[in-house]
Amino acid sequence: MSEPGRMHHDMGGRPAGPVDHGQHDHVLWEKRVDALLMLLSNNTRRIITVDELRRGIEELGAEAYSRLTYYERWVASVTHNLLEKGIIRADELGRKMAEIEARSPEARSRKEAG
Amino acid sequence: MTDHNHAPPRGPNGGLSHYQTMELAVSELLIEKGLFSEQKLQGEIAAMDARSPETGARVVALAWSDAAFKARLLDDGTAACESIGIDMGPTRLVVVESSAAIHNVIVCTLCSCYPRMLLGLPPDWYKTANYRSRVVREPRAVLREFGTELPDDVVVRVHDNTADMRYMVLPARPKGTESMDREALAKLVTRDSMIGVGLAMTP
Repeated sequence: MSEPGRMHHDMGGRPAGPVDHGQHDHVLWEKRVDALLMLLSNNTRRIITVDELRRGIEELGAEAYSRLTYYERWVASVTHNLLEKGIIRADELGRKMAEIEARSPEARSRKEAG
Repeated sequence: MTDHNHAPPRGPNGGLSHYQTMELAVSELLIEKGLFSEQKLQGEIAAMDARSPETGARVVALAWSDAAFKARLLDDGTAACESIGIDMGPTRLVVVESSAAIHNVIVCTLCSCYPRMLLGLPPDWYKTANYRSRVVREPRAVLREFGTELPDDVVVRVHDNTADMRYMVLPARPKGTESMDREALAKLVTRDSMIGVGLAMTP
């Protein structure tokens, strides 16, 4: 779907089908990602700008761009930007993710069963 | 590309998905580093929940009924909204006025930029590839899908939002509203009329 000299996200003017009017309610997880970016991009912090968010989303590549949901793209980009700026480190992110997975209800029930 | 599947896939046994885990991990790390607190994050969620097209409708109704405010709004949208107590965040607002001769529509072809401080979060269709692709090429056809039929002699202008600058449409004031007060006027202003895929309702 990409044309030469034009990236996948740059879709203005491309032929496409009817607009789907379906609407979903934002779940808490999506609201948390939205709030996270608002906190990082507001006038007092300016840690990540919306341009930087967008660049991070575009750099996911065409395949991930179409596979990931809207706020999955956001959190992937926010995380990438924070790593790039040295605000969080890859090792501490990996440790924290493992810690959160270990305390999830399914991990606890696995432990109890074992 | 579709945006149908919004809830991220759950992990095995309905646990957290990879990206949900990533969000929690990043938030917790930033809280530990003292960048903000969990309460601050919750406060930001509540503030976003409180934003809705009613804020935009209030601005439109004021512009319809107060010529000086309308002039300020069209001159510097950010300053005009801030002057009536609306937090506009880091983005600049540009208000484009529709009339019987010119109809304005907004889009973000590259992403999903939207005047969220005035309208709340964008509707799902605004973020779809189909809206972003087509509205700049065939706006009349897209508007027709929203039930908005424009006469051929009306000029249609499509405005593409950017990360730093957001457009909002000041819809044309409907006929027969001359005696209405601001509160009654605001009820005629729909979200879609401020995006430009619709018109303000007639009383």
